[in-house]
Amino acid sequence: MAVDHAAVTATHRPVLTYGTHAVLVECAGTAEAIALAERVSAEFDEVVETIPGARTVLVRCARPVHDQLRRRLSTVPVTVTHQHPTRTIEIGVAYDGPDLLEVAGLCGLDVEQVIAAHTGQTWRVAFCGFAPGFAYLQGDDERLTVPRRSTPRAEVAAGSVALADTWSSVYPRRAPGGWQLIGSTSASLWDAARTPPALLGPGVAVRFVDLGARP
Amino acid sequence: MTITVLDPGPQSLVEDLGRPGHASVGVSPSGGADRAALRLANRLVGNPEGAAAIESLLGGLEVRINAQRPVWVAVTGATTTVDVNGRGEGSHCSLVLHPGDVLRIDAPRRGLRTYLGVRGGLDVEPVLGSGATDILSGLGPAALQAGQELRLGVISRDLPDTDFSPVRPPSGVLGLRLGPRDDWFTPEALHRLDSVGWVVTPQSNRVATRLEGPRLTRRRAGELPSEAVIRGAVQVPPSGHPLIFGADHPVTGGYPVVGVVDEEDCDAVAQLRPGEVIKFALRSG
Repeated sequence: MAVDHAAVTATHRPVLTYGTHAVLVECAGTAEAIALAERVSAEFDEVVETIPGARTVLVRCARPVHDQLRRRLSTVPVTVTHQHPTRTIEIGVAYDGPDLLEVAGLCGLDVEQVIAAHTGQTWRVAFCGFAPGFAYLQGDDERLTVPRRSTPRAEVAAGSVALADTWSSVYPRRAPGGWQLIGSTSASLWDAARTPPALLGPGVAVRFVDLGARP
Repeated sequence: MTITVLDPGPQSLVEDLGRPGHASVGVSPSGGADRAALRLANRLVGNPEGAAAIESLLGGLEVRINAQRPVWVAVTGATTTVDVNGRGEGSHCSLVLHPGDVLRIDAPRRGLRTYLGVRGGLDVEPVLGSGATDILSGLGPAALQAGQELRLGVISRDLPDTDFSPVRPPSGVLGLRLGPRDDWFTPEALHRLDSVGWVVTPQSNRVATRLEGPRLTRRRAGELPSEAVIRGAVQVPPSGHPLIFGADHPVTGGYPVVGVVDEEDCDAVAQLRPGEVIKFALRSG
């Protein structure tokens, strides 16, 4: 990845016990978590897998975790970069979601301003979870910060474009879900027969494009 | 060379050792819920340990051998008897079946899941390198249906010298290490965790074994930013009733994980039946 500018962090990160064969490393934010996960999986031989979360990295080992590894994870410097993503994908969206009006109210915007905010920024894949190909997308700003719905829906349609907390995402398939639904897309987010199967994987950025539809 | 599923019982799934390493695209490792039992079933028939086998929930699985020559099989996992053409046979040993033979796994006397290993392994379409069925993400083969034919794979090694391998029954006590989020809970909740018996609920499945007991109360409110979870993690949702994540756990979760069951006890969790009572034993270090 090309780098605009960088900050090196080497604070003492809390390293929390996660059973015998793993630890959870707490980071200052998502960017540090992604950078730490990449560095540790590239350079630490004893590590089997690193899984970034919103502010943490789970580090899984083949053998029980020892103190020396804990110390290294706590202090290893990582370069938090403002990266040019490896790939930018455009996703066409019909902004016809059932929660669009409510989201506008929660953000103190009107519907057109919500759509402009959603299409007007670059969203980057921070980490994946919940379902195959379900990416937590981090935007450039926090204009569209909304709580999850107090009662999750029993069924959310595949291709639903959604917001929760500061994140945006697209449901890869039909699933129960508590995110606020603002639109829909026909893009295929997950196809096990495709390489890679996830449209939105690590290093990918997204621009949402307004297809003009309204509720 | 095929076998035909005559009756899948309550649930029969194809499982191998799963697809670890894909958490970054939201895919869980999945694979056999009781890994030691899956490995043993394969070893007893001379397969690589990670070959695809059938994981049967509460027995009832019935299969017929369609082959031109004898086929070695082994049933492991929960304590049960195996019936071949109406004749009783043992579990945890290699059995040779002839063309047309029908094998039926009885309901286990103890435990939940049995594994049918077949020499050559099951030849199923891999997804991300594995033929395992993940009931949470929907990856891998669908649950087996009556009448379905399963192809057998290629034999790659000799049969073992050992043909019987008994296993020790589980103790009902699960080793648990506190963390990473034990500081989200009151001292009373942490004390309850290892001082009471926890009842396994019928809502348990390959995603999680759900427990009932006194509510584990939090000292901190609020949401936890999503973080990774693994098999064996004991998560406490807002209900206060803990659950232990199994093979098909989600990749991340937003509720605090109070502790993690020792790796060596995770297979025992996969054999817990609804209504059974377990205890946690807190370990340190």
